[in-house]
Amino acid sequence: MAQTAEKPNLTEARIAALSMPGKGWSVAAREDAVRRLRATGLPERRDEYWKYTRPDTLTQVAPEPAAVFENDEAPLFDGLDRLKIVFVDGVFDAEASDDLSLEGVRIERLAEADSDLHWARDLYGTLETNGQTPVARPLAALNTAFATDGMLIHVTGVTSKPINIVYRHESTTSDAILHHLIKLDAGAELTVLENGPAAARFNKVMEVDVGDGASFHQVRAQGRDHERRAATHIFARLGAESTFKSFTLTANGVMTRNDCVIELTGDDASAHVAGACVGDGAFHHDDTVFITHDAVNCESRQVFKKVLCNGATGVFQGKILVKAGAQKTDGYQISQSLLLDEDSQFLAKPELEIYADDVACSHGSTSGAIDEDALFYLRSRGVPLAEATDMLTLSFLAEAVEEIEAENLREEINTRMAAWLGRRRG
Amino acid sequence: MLSIKNLNVKLEEEDKQILKGVDLEVQAGKVHAIMGPNGSGKSTLSYVLSGKDGYQVTEGSATLEGNDLLDMEPEERAAAGLFLAFQYPVEIPGVGNMTFLRTAVNAQRKARGEEEVSAADFLKEVRAKAKDLKIDAEMLKRPVNVGFSGGEKKRNEILQMAMLEPKMCILDETDSGLDVDAMKLVAEGVNALRSEGRGFLVITHYQRLLDHIKPDVVHIMADGRIVKTGGPELALEVENNGYADIMAEVA
Repeated sequence: MAQTAEKPNLTEARIAALSMPGKGWSVAAREDAVRRLRATGLPERRDEYWKYTRPDTLTQVAPEPAAVFENDEAPLFDGLDRLKIVFVDGVFDAEASDDLSLEGVRIERLAEADSDLHWARDLYGTLETNGQTPVARPLAALNTAFATDGMLIHVTGVTSKPINIVYRHESTTSDAILHHLIKLDAGAELTVLENGPAAARFNKVMEVDVGDGASFHQVRAQGRDHERRAATHIFARLGAESTFKSFTLTANGVMTRNDCVIELTGDDASAHVAGACVGDGAFHHDDTVFITHDAVNCESRQVFKKVLCNGATGVFQGKILVKAGAQKTDGYQISQSLLLDEDSQFLAKPELEIYADDVACSHGSTSGAIDEDALFYLRSRGVPLAEATDMLTLSFLAEAVEEIEAENLREEINTRMAAWLGRRRG
Repeated sequence: MLSIKNLNVKLEEEDKQILKGVDLEVQAGKVHAIMGPNGSGKSTLSYVLSGKDGYQVTEGSATLEGNDLLDMEPEERAAAGLFLAFQYPVEIPGVGNMTFLRTAVNAQRKARGEEEVSAADFLKEVRAKAKDLKIDAEMLKRPVNVGFSGGEKKRNEILQMAMLEPKMCILDETDSGLDVDAMKLVAEGVNALRSEGRGFLVITHYQRLLDHIKPDVVHIMADGRIVKTGGPELALEVENNGYADIMAEVA
């Protein structure tokens, strides 16, 4: 990434305003990360992967303030049997969190893990580093360097219930940087649920190392606070015959950039990334996905759906890179938007780069309005226009939501989306 | 029940007159059939009555039990008791058939100021009615019409009709794409709904559907108007001689 004259100033100003937790096993990795950050500089509008999303509010020294959303509905996943971990404006809340013990998994906090022998030392920042090429991800390097906390989750067996990380937002000026590290040993299984707005500005990295035959599921809902901003990264490495499935629901939020970087490094692995988002008004949502196939007979699937209205903007940048030798790759990518009016826009950049000759890769991207025939069909059965529009909106999002494997979670997401749409209808 | 007077309709987007003065009265308890060659305006009539966009009424009226249909939104017409069984039922991925049915039933009840039907009562009723139409539990769970065969889609239309209990049913080429067995099943479904308080308008190309759904009155439509009205024997005449004779006769 070529640096402009302003870029080092911007980057140094941001670095100067942050302080590095200065002890323990992570120091070397954090210092490396600062070097990576300085080498590329923070993103600017002219950087290729920031063409459609203005990075300034994500990179500036102080966050724009964000009002806390008045929400009277029960938090998502409340009724589930889960292990709950709560962060308030990026600060761990021990009282609100469950005891961090669960069979088949060891859970610690980044801020408290001091031992130099810790398993995390070998992993912290490594997947993020891998994910810096060929496309630089400076906000992730910044995160690795300056994360104040996060969960270190080492999964050794099959966990009996999901871990639910709840991100509460209470301060209008909070600026949270959290870094989670998840390692699944061979054959291990874990589901992570995440929900909440987290802070006025949230920078989150999750590195996930999925061992051979292991299985990782993630379902997250980004908080509905209208003015919140978030830049999140998932970096995942998949071993042989492993499974990775991630679903993200986003409704509201003035600025969201979700990067997902996945490397399929073992044969017969499978990675699914899906997102459903509903944006109304001041809403900018960017899904940037990079999936690298570097093993034989792997499958990857990207399903992203966006419903946009009243000037909302959706962005999708999705790439499948199939390396030489990654034969029998099955890659699928679809990004679609439903534009409910002419003021909204969807910008898509699907990319395929293939160096193996025996692969099946398909991609498609569409933008469209509500299907008038379907709308008439519903109305002719007595369903009023607004309700029929909502039904078709949910119908449009369904392919993404169906990527959630667990039926109860799928139902929970669907019910919640229907309620949100219904509420807007009044 | 349904009263159509001098109905003139053109396409909204182009200067093309489709209906040129349709007059039709369907009484409660009666089954009227409309036959006619392609392009005569049969399907347009069904769309205009149910409120589809893209058409402009230039003259005339259509009322259901005295209520002006043309002044209502499609959902209001449905709540007033009008039902159109589509020639091409629309697929709606991601919306369960059962959810769709229940939403429709309750929306109509709400519009009429009635109580919503309870989940248990609804389930009981839908299961019983689905069984008569040989619609299994799997089909009820699946997204609306997605992956349904032609026959399944038409049976699903009749199930909706049975659940919504409309006063006036319009069937638009319900026999198209059906084999004989499927047609019988659909016709049985329709016949089971025949009652004193309910009118039917059956639009079809062919007489064969009318072997199973016996009409009281048969109309022949050509070039945007009803050109001949008679009893069931009129359908047989069409079957035997085609439309050419009738057209020559009325020309």
